[in-house]
Amino acid sequence: MLRFVVRRLLQVVPTLLLLSILVFAWLRNLPGGPAVALLGDRATPERVAQLNALYGLDDPLPVQYGKFLGRAASGDFGTSSITGEPVLAEIARALPATLELSIAALAIAVALGIPLGYLAAVNRGRSLDVSTVIGTLVGVAVPVFFLGYVLKAVFAVELGWFPPSGRQTVGLDATNVTGFAVLDGVLTREWDASLDALSHLVLPAVALATIPLAVIVRITRASVLDVLDSDFVRTANSKGLTPATVRGRHVLRNALLPVSTVIGLQVGLLLAGAVLTERVFVWGGLGTLLADAITLRDYPRLQAILLLGALIYIVVNLLVDISYAVIDPRVRL
Amino acid sequence: MSALLEVRDLRVAFTRRGEPDTVAVDGVSFEVDPGQVVGLVGESGCGKSVTSLAIMRLLPARGVRLTGSVTFDGTDLLTLPEARMRELRGREMSMVFQDPLSSLNPVVPVGLQVTEVLRRHRGMGKEPARREAADLLDRVGIPDPRRRLDSYPHQLSGGMRQRALIAIALACRPRLLIADEPTTALDVTIQAQILDLLGQLVRETGTALVMITHDLGVVAGMCETVNVLYAGRIVERARRHRLFGTPRHPYTHGLLRSIPRLDAPAGEDLAAIGGSVNDNLPWTHACAFAPRCPRSLERCVEVTPDPETAGGRLLRCHNPVPASVE
Amino acid sequence: MATTWLERRRSRIDGLAQGRSLGAEALRRLRRNPVAITGAVIIGAFVIVAVLAPLLAPHGAAEAFPELQENLRPGRIPGPQEGFPLGSDQLGRDFLSRMILAARQTLLVGVLATLIGLVIGLVIGTLAGAFGGWVDTLLMRVTDVLLAIPSLLLAISVAALAASPSQTTVIIAVSAVAVPIFARLLRGSMLAQRESDHVVAATALGVKRRAVVLRHMLPNAVGPVIVQATLTLATAILDAAALSFLGLGDADPGRAEWGLMLAQAQAYLDVRPALALYPAIAIIVVALGFTLLGESLREALDPKGRR
Repeated sequence: MLRFVVRRLLQVVPTLLLLSILVFAWLRNLPGGPAVALLGDRATPERVAQLNALYGLDDPLPVQYGKFLGRAASGDFGTSSITGEPVLAEIARALPATLELSIAALAIAVALGIPLGYLAAVNRGRSLDVSTVIGTLVGVAVPVFFLGYVLKAVFAVELGWFPPSGRQTVGLDATNVTGFAVLDGVLTREWDASLDALSHLVLPAVALATIPLAVIVRITRASVLDVLDSDFVRTANSKGLTPATVRGRHVLRNALLPVSTVIGLQVGLLLAGAVLTERVFVWGGLGTLLADAITLRDYPRLQAILLLGALIYIVVNLLVDISYAVIDPRVRL
Repeated sequence: MSALLEVRDLRVAFTRRGEPDTVAVDGVSFEVDPGQVVGLVGESGCGKSVTSLAIMRLLPARGVRLTGSVTFDGTDLLTLPEARMRELRGREMSMVFQDPLSSLNPVVPVGLQVTEVLRRHRGMGKEPARREAADLLDRVGIPDPRRRLDSYPHQLSGGMRQRALIAIALACRPRLLIADEPTTALDVTIQAQILDLLGQLVRETGTALVMITHDLGVVAGMCETVNVLYAGRIVERARRHRLFGTPRHPYTHGLLRSIPRLDAPAGEDLAAIGGSVNDNLPWTHACAFAPRCPRSLERCVEVTPDPETAGGRLLRCHNPVPASVE
Repeated sequence: MATTWLERRRSRIDGLAQGRSLGAEALRRLRRNPVAITGAVIIGAFVIVAVLAPLLAPHGAAEAFPELQENLRPGRIPGPQEGFPLGSDQLGRDFLSRMILAARQTLLVGVLATLIGLVIGLVIGTLAGAFGGWVDTLLMRVTDVLLAIPSLLLAISVAALAASPSQTTVIIAVSAVAVPIFARLLRGSMLAQRESDHVVAATALGVKRRAVVLRHMLPNAVGPVIVQATLTLATAILDAAALSFLGLGDADPGRAEWGLMLAQAQAYLDVRPALALYPAIAIIVVALGFTLLGESLREALDPKGRR
């Protein structure tokens, strides 16, 4: 088992290396050259020359790459050309917000998606199944940001059930412990702060959850349909086991295997979707940072977030692979 | 002594929207007495597997039309509520299937797949069930049974998996066991072992066995009574020695003649039954076998032959092979 | 009567044996599938509108009308009226004309992005799969990294490389997302076929490697490629809209493209929601159409043909 984990970890290394090379190449090809790109509006000939010397941009390529790696390893991603702050600090501050949103969205997608997919499969061909399948097809076709606006317009502006933007009501002075607003409220026993944060979380989380939900429903349904037809489920039934046992131990334990892989893939979609959703709901997380970086051409920030995004994706998929080995004995042995 | 299992005029049709029904089993009737070993023989596609699934009520609920009657120990199985059927399955009647690898749950240890039957039907606790399971695995000839309880199916060989499935099927000492091509997916050398095991176990436990196969050799070794199935209907039924000694239905006759013999003169062509299964006629107004039958008459393509019982043999034929011919 | 029944049975079997190809069989299944028909109808309508757009649109995409402009106020955009069935957009242009002309642009963006992604991905995947060895490892490592980056982030990175964004930027960025997908697909197909009998036979008969790949292996990959292409078209249109929303899209204010229009209309949602609603619905319907067709194609081409 341990050998498997180590093996998988080693497999990730070349991917990460290649990723860093690609990012490095990307950085050097930004319009205006890397120095101008890094300085943005504040580029003057002296500053450019300074930066060139500092970053060794006159050095041969391999050396530059080495320095780039060194800087990345020590956490130096430069300073934002918008705020002048170190990029890493900005990201560290904004990360919890995005994580909270993503986790909430993923939780919704999984908690609703798996049961719905299972029910659709078991009721194959009947109205529940047909409407579910149509729902998933439409769900994937709706642009996330548009859905966000619609939800906002209907539930926040029209009906006033939920706040239209932000993470917390302005003026509510909540104590910040972990950066996860809902959790913080619980930890400090400021219940209304927690509830307030929760109500702010609902709409963006629902908007973000739509596509992962659609995908999870489809995969679960397909997987369950596949397993229901299998010989070992027939054997289980021939043993006269209770429907619950057949469902739990035989159908689901096998059907959920591919679903877990897909959930890992969804994290990538969530990151992308978070960028758009945060724009709509002015969430103040990584997505907002990224959106601003794009509009204002803040390349240090852009590079850091891109790298981070890819890194998170790779790590999550690594965890999924490992957990797959834990659940499915055929992979390990 | 009344029959343990009575199948009367069983008909199974698969329905699909917008398409005509596919009739897989077309009026099958046979009986199994307690402790008896009965064979169900036929080519692939003749409906033998579907018959067994119908008896166990394991066919899908939708898209299938089941008519006729299946009586187990006096109870009509076809009208039984599913909950009662679940109590019968695994305890009074059980099945062994063809492919041992796909018939076992790949992510659950083998021991658990045995104990779950024991705990479900005999209410055993966890530890007693494990002990019994190890004992069962031992009796089917699996070496080192205690350790094997925690093995996964893919860690066992094909023969061992099939033994495990037999153990599972016989765990609660059912009164009826249906074996659907239990050795087809195994190596020839293992086949004989498994068949011997099966025969021995059902003798010990007094379980009736329905042996479904396309292999006449298997049938000859094990079954007292043999039913020959063609296109969803039984065309001949006789006791083993009679059937193999004097096959009267042209299909049975053809099947037996097509088996290559060591003592046949070298260079002689192998005898085969002409045509293919696709060349059948519907039973409703003819004899299905007629297009391929070397003895077919005008009558055979116009009138359905009725089953006739004479001297312990059931025969469905207008022009059977005469009794005196070898 | 019995004999004719037999004859009918025989002829049907003979017909099957004459080898109606997988494609014809798939087409037959599709024609009876309501999902596929719906998708095809949607796409057909879309393509017709797109192709005939200049003929169908009453006015130009960038034409501003004084009679509309003079009624523009902050917080007020003129709605449907005489001569302008869908009213005005935020700059006093005919909304209906822009919607129609945008169909063409959107189709263009989707098709071009998919095509570029397909061609490049095809080349990479075929090379990797056909040659194997270090070529395969190298190409697939790079592809894996590209697949490791969430698609929108990848598109953003590519788009950011351009000094000033334009529609070409969007097309290239979106196609960059499609490249690794097609590459993986082709490689998988090549790999699966390398061991198959028809390839081994061809090689044993002395057919040159290039011919084996081009004439024996590639045609078998056509099915999955078509399925993936239709699905990619759907996501291409959606991704292009997202890029426009983030400000990486076309800067040309005159251009009419649904994604662009949707992005620009976000600012006027409380004034005239129709400006966002119509392009959004158009995108959803078209994306849905491609997805429906793609999914039913996949089912139809599946030789097991169960579900």
